[in-house]
Amino acid sequence: MSSARNMIALKSILHKEVHRFMRIWVQTLVPPAITISLYFVIFGELIGSRIGQMGGFDYMSFIVPGLIMMSVITNSYSNVASSFFSAKWQRNVEEMLVAPVPNWVIVAGYVGGGMCRGILVGCIVTLISLLFTEIQVHNIWIIIVTVALTSATFALGGLINAIFAGSFDDISIIPTFILTPLTYLGGVFYSITLLPDFWQGVSQANPIVYMVNAFRYGFLGISDVSLVAAFSVLTGFIITLFVIAMTLITKGIGLRS
Amino acid sequence: MVIDMQNALDISGLKKVYKGGFQALKGIDLTVKQGDFFALLGPNGAGKSTTIGVITSLVNKTAGQVKVYGHDIDHELEDAKSFIGLVPQEFNFNQFESLMRILVNQAGYYGVERSVAHERAEKYLKQLDLWDKRNDAARMLSGGMKRRLMIARALMHEPKMLILDEPTAGVDIELRRSMWDFLRELNSQGITIILTTHYLEEAEMLCRNIAIIDSGIIVENTDMKSLLAKLDVETIVLDLSIGGAEPKLNDFCYRIIDDHTIEVDIKKSQRINDVFSQLTEQNINVLSLRNKSNRLEELFVSIIGTGASSEKQTQGAQ
Ligand SMILES: Nc1ncnc2c1ncn2[C@@H]1O[C@H](COP(=O)(O)OP(=O)(O)OP(=O)(O)O)[C@@H](O)[C@H]1O
Ligand SMILES: [Mg+2]
Repeated sequence: MSSARNMIALKSILHKEVHRFMRIWVQTLVPPAITISLYFVIFGELIGSRIGQMGGFDYMSFIVPGLIMMSVITNSYSNVASSFFSAKWQRNVEEMLVAPVPNWVIVAGYVGGGMCRGILVGCIVTLISLLFTEIQVHNIWIIIVTVALTSATFALGGLINAIFAGSFDDISIIPTFILTPLTYLGGVFYSITLLPDFWQGVSQANPIVYMVNAFRYGFLGISDVSLVAAFSVLTGFIITLFVIAMTLITKGIGLRS
Repeated sequence: MVIDMQNALDISGLKKVYKGGFQALKGIDLTVKQGDFFALLGPNGAGKSTTIGVITSLVNKTAGQVKVYGHDIDHELEDAKSFIGLVPQEFNFNQFESLMRILVNQAGYYGVERSVAHERAEKYLKQLDLWDKRNDAARMLSGGMKRRLMIARALMHEPKMLILDEPTAGVDIELRRSMWDFLRELNSQGITIILTTHYLEEAEMLCRNIAIIDSGIIVENTDMKSLLAKLDVETIVLDLSIGGAEPKLNDFCYRIIDDHTIEVDIKKSQRINDVFSQLTEQNINVLSLRNKSNRLEELFVSIIGTGASSEKQTQGAQ
């Protein structure tokens, strides 16, 4: 009885979330497509041709998985961050809070919505990349699992950010100061084996390195880190962030006075 | 045989201290019977919305117990929630969403299937005269329409208890009347209704029982009839044609407002007739007469006493 109710509630939140980013597709789906096309043109075509090979593949093929991953990360994150924050701002989050929706359903609904956007943008970017290069697939399952876990991780991150955020500025601070640097240093554009030992060590602490490399392995069959380490890091992050998000919502931080 | 009919709402010892230390509720006890039409009356800042916030779990309580249809919100929150439909004081829907989607999603949060939700949304949108607007974004509605949208939204899961926090604030008199009819109709179907209002007339017109809250304390909790019986003074405003001297009234408390208007307080034991005859003796004609609509303030003053806060006094001064 209550599990049937929870499923309907979950579907409603997912429905609402997907409808939201589809309604404003010009703001949510077009910009990442444009950004990524520019990356392909500049890094892939113009500069890439001078770089030559990276990890045994031509530069374009090497960066494609990283670029797809980058758009999955930013879009999963920002979808939940802005949607949940605006629900707080307009107070329509109260619609869920007064209803018998368990907190895990709220978390799952928003995270699911963020994953949908991240994965949809990922697919769009993949299609665009086909205009520039051929894509080979080494192991489709690794691709699917990695993209699902990564988008879930960053959707959770976006949710936590939105819970703490007090203004619209607060939801761009983390992407600007943490997410973007970590992504650029996360081995999207280079193999971390090119780095001096010290910086290789530092890179091991960057979770995005694991995601990008696992994802790249799914396409090219090469990775700078072990897949076991990558999936352990991802799972660890998801569990930790989920627990944090649940605790915050249960306590009503930023939601209940 | 005594059947112990469960109360729709049981509140005992409810306290709320907001962050920063302000004590909004100082130990409230309140009972609302099933099927009741209940008014929660009180001046601005009395704690009405805070009380409703606690019942609907939007505000964390500091102490006390709240039961909704027998379900304690501390232990059976989800059960308690499913009995309540809330119409909050402030608009709290997504302004960019269409009416239909707002309603259908809300129903979904309560486990109502989309197909059923669509039928209900149609029913309530039609009843509340919003059907033409169903595909418009909520921000395009007028204030009165937004209130009705929130009423429709609160009904989507067919709650047993409807709580309305100042539903008629900023609503014109015609619309207010039709909202009253609508609420009466719901109540006659067995839905328990609790509403807060600043208008005594509204409470008087609709409600059977009433509680008055002031500064976080319930100062009165009784049925409407006994309460109105306490209200033994009514003030009328008379528009006069005065030829000569100022009017004088024996045995009445009155105030001369300007050279052709006076206010007279009339106790239950007194008769308006006496005012007229005294004025006629002085050759003064009464051109028109109206009730001064400050009965609520009078009521507050008579119940809360002369220690009424400055907020209330400014409210009373028109
Ligand atoms: N989030 C909050 N933080 C701190 N104080 C609050 C908060 N919400 C309300 N209060 C205070 O609690 C008191 C009661 O507020 P409440 O909103 O319950 O009053 P009310 O009876 O609904 O008034 P009104 O008729 O104006 O709506 C007020 O003094 C208010 O300033
Ligand atoms: Mg209020």
